[in-house]
Amino acid sequence: MAFKHLINYKKIFSLIAMFLLLGTNLLMAQSTSSNTTATDSGDTSAQTAGMWTTVGYYVLLFLVVCFIVAIVGKIFKVYDLTLQMQGKKGINWNNAMAVGFIIFLVVGAVGVYYSFTVHGAMTLVGDAQSVHGKTLDTMFWVTTVITFIVFVLTQVLLFGFAFKYKGSDKRKAYYYPHNNTIEKIWTVAPAIVLTILVVFGFLTWRKITNTVDAKGEPASLQVDVTGHQFAWEIRYPGKDGRLGMKNYKLINGTNKLGVSYDDKNSFDDLQADTLMLPVNKSVRLNIIAQDVIHSVYMPNFRVQINAVPGLPTYFKFTPTKTTAEMRRDLDQADFNYHLYCNKICGGSHYNMQKLVVVVTEAEYQKWLSQQKPYLTEQLKKELKLADNPLYKQTLLQNRLASNNL
Amino acid sequence: MSTLTVQDHAVVQHGHDHEHHHTENFWTKYIFSQDHKMIARQFLITGIIMAVIAMMLSILFRIQLAYPEKAFPLLETLLGRFAPGGRLDTNFYLSLVTIHGTIMVFFVLTAGLSGTFSNLLIPYQLGARDMASPFMNMLSYWLFFIASVIMMASFFTEKGPAGPGWTIYPPLSALPKAMPGSGLGMTYWLISMVLFVASQLMGGINYISTILNMRTKGMDLWKMPLTIWAFFLTAILGVLAFPVLVAGVVLLIFDRSFGTSFYLSEIVVQGQQMPFEGGSPILFQHLFWFLGHPEVYIVIMPALGISSEVIATNSRKPIFGYHAMVYSLIGITVLSFIVWGHHMFVTGMNPFLGGVFMITTLIIAVPSAVKTFNYLATLWRGNIRFTPAMLFAIGLVSFFISGGLTGIFLGNAALDINLHDTYFVVAHFHLVMGSAAIFGMLAGVYHWFPKMFGRMMDEKLGYLHFWLTFIGAYLVFFPMHFMGLGGVPRRYYSFTEIESFKEWLTLNTFITWAAIMSALAQVAFLFNFFYSIFFGKKATQNPWNSTTLEWTTPVEHIHGNWPGEIPTVYRWPYDYSKPGHDEDFIPQTVPFSQTLSSNLPHDFEDNPVNLESHKDWVNIQRSNEEEVK
Repeated sequence: MAFKHLINYKKIFSLIAMFLLLGTNLLMAQSTSSNTTATDSGDTSAQTAGMWTTVGYYVLLFLVVCFIVAIVGKIFKVYDLTLQMQGKKGINWNNAMAVGFIIFLVVGAVGVYYSFTVHGAMTLVGDAQSVHGKTLDTMFWVTTVITFIVFVLTQVLLFGFAFKYKGSDKRKAYYYPHNNTIEKIWTVAPAIVLTILVVFGFLTWRKITNTVDAKGEPASLQVDVTGHQFAWEIRYPGKDGRLGMKNYKLINGTNKLGVSYDDKNSFDDLQADTLMLPVNKSVRLNIIAQDVIHSVYMPNFRVQINAVPGLPTYFKFTPTKTTAEMRRDLDQADFNYHLYCNKICGGSHYNMQKLVVVVTEAEYQKWLSQQKPYLTEQLKKELKLADNPLYKQTLLQNRLASNNL
Repeated sequence: MSTLTVQDHAVVQHGHDHEHHHTENFWTKYIFSQDHKMIARQFLITGIIMAVIAMMLSILFRIQLAYPEKAFPLLETLLGRFAPGGRLDTNFYLSLVTIHGTIMVFFVLTAGLSGTFSNLLIPYQLGARDMASPFMNMLSYWLFFIASVIMMASFFTEKGPAGPGWTIYPPLSALPKAMPGSGLGMTYWLISMVLFVASQLMGGINYISTILNMRTKGMDLWKMPLTIWAFFLTAILGVLAFPVLVAGVVLLIFDRSFGTSFYLSEIVVQGQQMPFEGGSPILFQHLFWFLGHPEVYIVIMPALGISSEVIATNSRKPIFGYHAMVYSLIGITVLSFIVWGHHMFVTGMNPFLGGVFMITTLIIAVPSAVKTFNYLATLWRGNIRFTPAMLFAIGLVSFFISGGLTGIFLGNAALDINLHDTYFVVAHFHLVMGSAAIFGMLAGVYHWFPKMFGRMMDEKLGYLHFWLTFIGAYLVFFPMHFMGLGGVPRRYYSFTEIESFKEWLTLNTFITWAAIMSALAQVAFLFNFFYSIFFGKKATQNPWNSTTLEWTTPVEHIHGNWPGEIPTVYRWPYDYSKPGHDEDFIPQTVPFSQTLSSNLPHDFEDNPVNLESHKDWVNIQRSNEEEVK
């Protein structure tokens, strides 16, 4: 009787499993086709046939796994039943689960250790190449140490308690509805720790986001960074050290940034295809986007701020290590800093990057002198600058200034 | 202490209820049902279907991340123009990410979780015959259903579903020229969300009014189980926050279709100046996150409520610090309205404002920490019974800790500069609100399945499901923290274009296989769930020896829940393992007069008269004992 029931049960079991599998065919199929990479043109029907064979193969594989699981389950059940028939106690699943948690705790600890050493070594933590980045790294370490201690303690307690206080019929739980003292302690303790973190975080944050040069501070190098789908445009100021104004209405094929020539600071601005930065000198990025939101992200320097259409944003930082030094220290000849886009902006979001190079001051000046002016001959013609009084006046002034030298 | 008690109204009407049974047909019973139990099941099954769909989408983009250079002809067969040559289209990849996020956050963890368990448990655990407005309750489900259908229908539009991320920041979402996913698919997304919010509001108003007005005799607010407290505060959050999303979405519809400039200013797309001027993209982010942040608590609070109930029941111990648990839920509710700016530290929002939001954000960590410690204290010296529900509840606590702690990094504006929008964030929220909330939901399903379907789920399959999912989720999300610390941005189609990211490819492949394993483990759940509905072992009335009211109803569902009068409540819901009582639980319906040997002064804290009589009784007992000696 019991056997008959068992067989019937199995049939239904496998039937339903089959049904569900057909339902999840889609899911399976994706993981399956990893070796059907025959993309070469050829007999397409043969190809699809091959594809379905592979799909079928993987579905079958999953079915087999399901059956094995079902059979193992049955074996356990039969074993359990025989134990009970012999008058012994069946499998104690409750204890099995408790032991499971302890095993999970131990194996998990090993996994966390592995991840911290292997994957942790691949991160950029402790390797910030900017002045404020080093402060952030310190703060990161402090936060990591505190949270890691809490993480370990609470997880050990959680799984430890689960194991230690596994249920038994002989025992009753300890009726302990509340204890105000303990509760006050563990409300106040995290509050104090968090206050400390908040205060340091707040002060650091205010310092980093203060992008205006203070009096007496040497002026920061101003660089204009403009994002659009899917590239970054870089503009440097000329000898005056000031960037000219922009107006989005002026954007066209030759004036890609919409630089306004009503502003005399615009005339000597330079166009660049690399973000070249002198080491140990404060840089202020003047950021804007033309179409959608982008984000200027340079993880090596701990720099990130969104580029928003219609809203200029700024980030001031000081790089501390040249690209050449990084290559030498990392022993990686092809190392480069990059600026990535870090706000979803469309299909090629993943490839919207700009090369960033940090060099010595001398190299920077040399590079700067080779850059072409933003004001191209074609643009001059288009804007009819020859007749522009402001332009003439600026040219004259510049000539006088160079004569005085 | 509040003793706002509302007496039972429904008893009088009850005599008539039986007569209505005969008029039920298939349509009124299973489709347009106004019965809270049926609506709960409708929400649950729709939620599960949406979850499976969203999970499959995630496997699709995980495969792309693991094998960016490989072509899978099967993908072309399945997806057609979205995967030309067997490789996912870059725009379709973003659509997958968007729809995965939208479905999981809104359709599964908001509607599927709150909708199921609020509907099921509010009337059951409070002792009400149904919701305050059963018709509105039905509308709530059907609007949710229509929203789901519209969301899925966007896969059949020419340019594919919405693609600007689940946060749909304009201008990307406002300019159809900017990406294919901002075309018709985006319109579908917006319409779907408006309907969804309408559904949530109807549900939320119903939950609040039922909880405030329809509690049975003796059920004052401080005798409510923590599940109900969680659903109550969740509903308040939803009712206050969701309308703001509608406002944001409607303005976006205006910008998209009627040429207004709420969010748009000074835009040039593909060399062409747009006429928009004076708007601010940041405004949308404020409106979105004013909902968006309470939303993550809308997702996690019901899960925390469910796990409180499951952990107490299966530890056979009262939940530790019941009042602290309620106050921390209230604290989270209030604070969650003033922390939204921590999603916007680096968006160009005034940096001073960022500093303020950082302070409020780290304050909200305190009530969350209190909850965690209270869970641990509940387990301490318990008599733990590992039902699958209990396993999932413990898993929830583990995820809540792991994911919550990384929130301390992200809530710190200064550290967020480098972590914002990287995989660190992905790891953080998938643990703390993704995995934790889904584990809360699964714990609820395993725990209340006997109440919902009158049958038991298979325990062993539940064990298998738990371990594979628990291990799988950690394998997927734990290593992602390190990718984020390596500066890897989220929502990247592939990392092959960038030299320094190539080293992460092996880890990506590993994560994908872990994700596939966890996804396949759900087959164990799906089989168990659907098989048990029809063929599971018949449930007893109170299979978990629980104290709450829902277990005093008969196994067979009846209209009006209780065959006779609604039971009266005399005590709080956590009298487990009370010393002096013969059983290890005392249901809420048992009056103190029947349990003299186990009463404690603590039970009468808010009732001075009874406290006196209790003291008298104790004194008499004591003098009797002395006489015997």
